[in-house]
Amino acid sequence: MSTTTQDNVNTDAPQFYCAEEPHPENGTLLGFWIYLMSDCFIFASLFACYAVLGTRYAAGPSPRQVFDLPMLAVNTALLLLSSVTFGFAMLEMAKNRRGPTLAWLTVAGAFAAGFVGLEIREFAHLVAAGAGPDRSAFLSSFFTLVGTHGLHVTVGVVWLVTLMVQIGRHGLNETNRRRLNCLSLFWHFLDLIWVGVFSFVYLVGVLR
Amino acid sequence: MTAPGDEIHAHGGDARVAHGHDGGGQPAHATLKGYLTGFVLAVILTVIPFWLVMGHVIGDAGVASAVILGLAAVQIVVHVVYFLHMDTTSEHGWNMLALIFTAVLVTIVLGASIWVMYTENANMMPMASQSLHHAMGR
Repeated sequence: MSTTTQDNVNTDAPQFYCAEEPHPENGTLLGFWIYLMSDCFIFASLFACYAVLGTRYAAGPSPRQVFDLPMLAVNTALLLLSSVTFGFAMLEMAKNRRGPTLAWLTVAGAFAAGFVGLEIREFAHLVAAGAGPDRSAFLSSFFTLVGTHGLHVTVGVVWLVTLMVQIGRHGLNETNRRRLNCLSLFWHFLDLIWVGVFSFVYLVGVLR
Repeated sequence: MTAPGDEIHAHGGDARVAHGHDGGGQPAHATLKGYLTGFVLAVILTVIPFWLVMGHVIGDAGVASAVILGLAAVQIVVHVVYFLHMDTTSEHGWNMLALIFTAVLVTIVLGASIWVMYTENANMMPMASQSLHHAMGR
């Protein structure tokens, strides 16, 4: 933006084109959105794998035997609460209040960490019960899909902690606001993917 | 022809708008009310499928699955609108275009995979017990 201004100062000749129009004013957010869409393809292919392999039990346990629905409900609630509290943090950021922003980010991060913790507990429980990813095609595709999502949430938590340190040191400056906007998209996107996971993998799986 | 001073001024104003959009601000419709509306809708759309499955409300598994997937689709739209603040005006509509493109491709990937793999069994050479089962089923 500043270079454009300088160019215009230095140029005395008349300009016969619209100097302002096709200027991507928020390229980072659009670029991040396109990254999220490509991430969406990763999940789509993993969902397709699960759709195809999810019924191949290899005489092993079926979804009904391995899925713990009350725990799934708690997990889903944690991720949804994490999503909405992150939204509250964004609202505080818009009001330029650092303390409340950091407080809501802490709450959102704690919910997400709880989600990851419960998921690790579930995975450990399954592996200990002999229903690990090596047991059947169903469990392989299940662990791959849910594990990829869990890995995303974990990375999101790491990113969140990093950003909180940045905001603590440098405040809500423009760079940190842009980063927080990107993380916000990432965060809500992961909750969106989880809707597909708990519906398609867990609930429909249990019905089979 | 505008004077250079005017152009600087115009650009300065433009820069503020652009930064308000990119780094600084929120989309205009990111409000507390919006987040709470999205949250309440998401809770409702989550509780219903859990209740359907845990309470054994619908006897037929196929119908229940269809209802659950339908509710999930609605909830995804709720998330996109109220949490991701997607509308046709943000980023000049480019992210909406990317979203629609992705949705089309995801539909093709998922739908075609399921369709191909579920009809594949019926078209295999009769060799395994599964094929025999299919043949007897017909």
